[in-house]
Amino acid sequence: MYSNKYVTVYTVVMTLLVSVVLAVVVTGLRPVHESNEAVFKKRDVLRAIKDELGTDLASLTDAEVIDLFSNRIEQVVIDANGQPVEGVSAESVDMAKEEKKPAAERQYPVFIYRGDGATAYLLSVRGNGLWDKIWGTIAIKDDFNTIIGTSFGHVGETPGLGAEITDNPSFSRQFQGKQLFDKGQFVSVSVVKGGVRNPAHQVDAITGATITSNGVTDMLRDGLAVYLPYLASIRN
Amino acid sequence: MAEVQTKVAEEKEPFFGKKERQLLVDPLNDNNPITVQVLGICSALAVTTLVSKAIVMAIAVTLVIAFSNLAVSLLRKGVPKQIRMIVQLVIIAFLVTVVEQVLKAASYPIWKELSVYIGLIITNCIVMGRLEAYAMANDPKRSFLDGIGNGAGYGIILVMVAAMRELFGKGSLLDYKIIGNTSEYLIDTTTNPYFSWYMPNNVMVLPAAALFVIGVIIWVQRARNAKLVDVS
Repeated sequence: MYSNKYVTVYTVVMTLLVSVVLAVVVTGLRPVHESNEAVFKKRDVLRAIKDELGTDLASLTDAEVIDLFSNRIEQVVIDANGQPVEGVSAESVDMAKEEKKPAAERQYPVFIYRGDGATAYLLSVRGNGLWDKIWGTIAIKDDFNTIIGTSFGHVGETPGLGAEITDNPSFSRQFQGKQLFDKGQFVSVSVVKGGVRNPAHQVDAITGATITSNGVTDMLRDGLAVYLPYLASIRN
Repeated sequence: MAEVQTKVAEEKEPFFGKKERQLLVDPLNDNNPITVQVLGICSALAVTTLVSKAIVMAIAVTLVIAFSNLAVSLLRKGVPKQIRMIVQLVIIAFLVTVVEQVLKAASYPIWKELSVYIGLIITNCIVMGRLEAYAMANDPKRSFLDGIGNGAGYGIILVMVAAMRELFGKGSLLDYKIIGNTSEYLIDTTTNPYFSWYMPNNVMVLPAAALFVIGVIIWVQRARNAKLVDVS
């Protein structure tokens, strides 16, 4: 049996030692973590237009991604009325924080990709899946109607079912060529079960993931609606 | 003079002898932490959808077991008995945090996919089990080897399960596309006349499939290894 004094001193010394070493490790690695996270977010945005890039996104190095982003992408932030906000970069807008604000104060990021000949507008949307949040980046052509690519992400959808919105490339590929407007009216794109009846505005749902699929439909309808005033203003 | 010296050397235990070898090899089969001791099942279910994830997880767990075994073994004589579990937990939590921070710096996408499960290594029963069962009573060198052995035993099962789940669920291995319905795959089921019947099995991607696969591995192992059969 050890004395109480020994036990106390032992605990204090050990805890202090461990916390000092951990503090050094965490602060030392923080700059690396931050630059990693920034590149990860850039790749996430670019994934929506991976077929337009001409190169394989996964094979690009971090430096090339940063380069591509600064040369080819223009960043715009809009407010809830679709008016551009000065002095904010789209990358700094965190959709998870924005959705906690009152609707009138929210800001939305727009990434404008200017490739060889083609221009794409990348819009961020966020909504609810079955278990937790889902989000996506929707790339539309400069006719402000046709989708050229999408990418989706999620916090915790079921692997093999809801998580297929991210894991299965054929799900996001279905959206290519879909149209947001029908005779000038915004109808968005729906994820439907049991076969597509309206090929311009519908895609096939994932079997066994009805709630996640409906979540994608709602997310696209509500999430893209906030961009409509902005898209209308640049079209004219 | 020379004779005496060789005698002394013979009596001294070799640095890496039979016992040490046993420490490394035993957990791979006869005393496997997952299939025989049935520890660490939860993370084995969660991180085995892709082989790459399983490998990273196996390395992380091996490092944590080996170094916490080493640290606890070094401290074992001075640790007050009343707080030995707390000391062990602090050491494990410290190592797990370091591993997580380093992984986040080295490969952010893999950290993003594993994040929760890296943190949960703290609660992985294998780690604490080895500290209590082995490191508290043995010297640092053997404790370290025991940690490596158990980590490898955990890792080998993880990679086996992940390989089966990834191959049959997604048609790929280590992200190298093998069989599927587009031309990106090595065997394209839409054009290959022998594999046109093939469909990826989505059940393998679901968490429950890991249970079936581990069950089959335990079955095969017991059928082949007479030492594991219950005598009763």
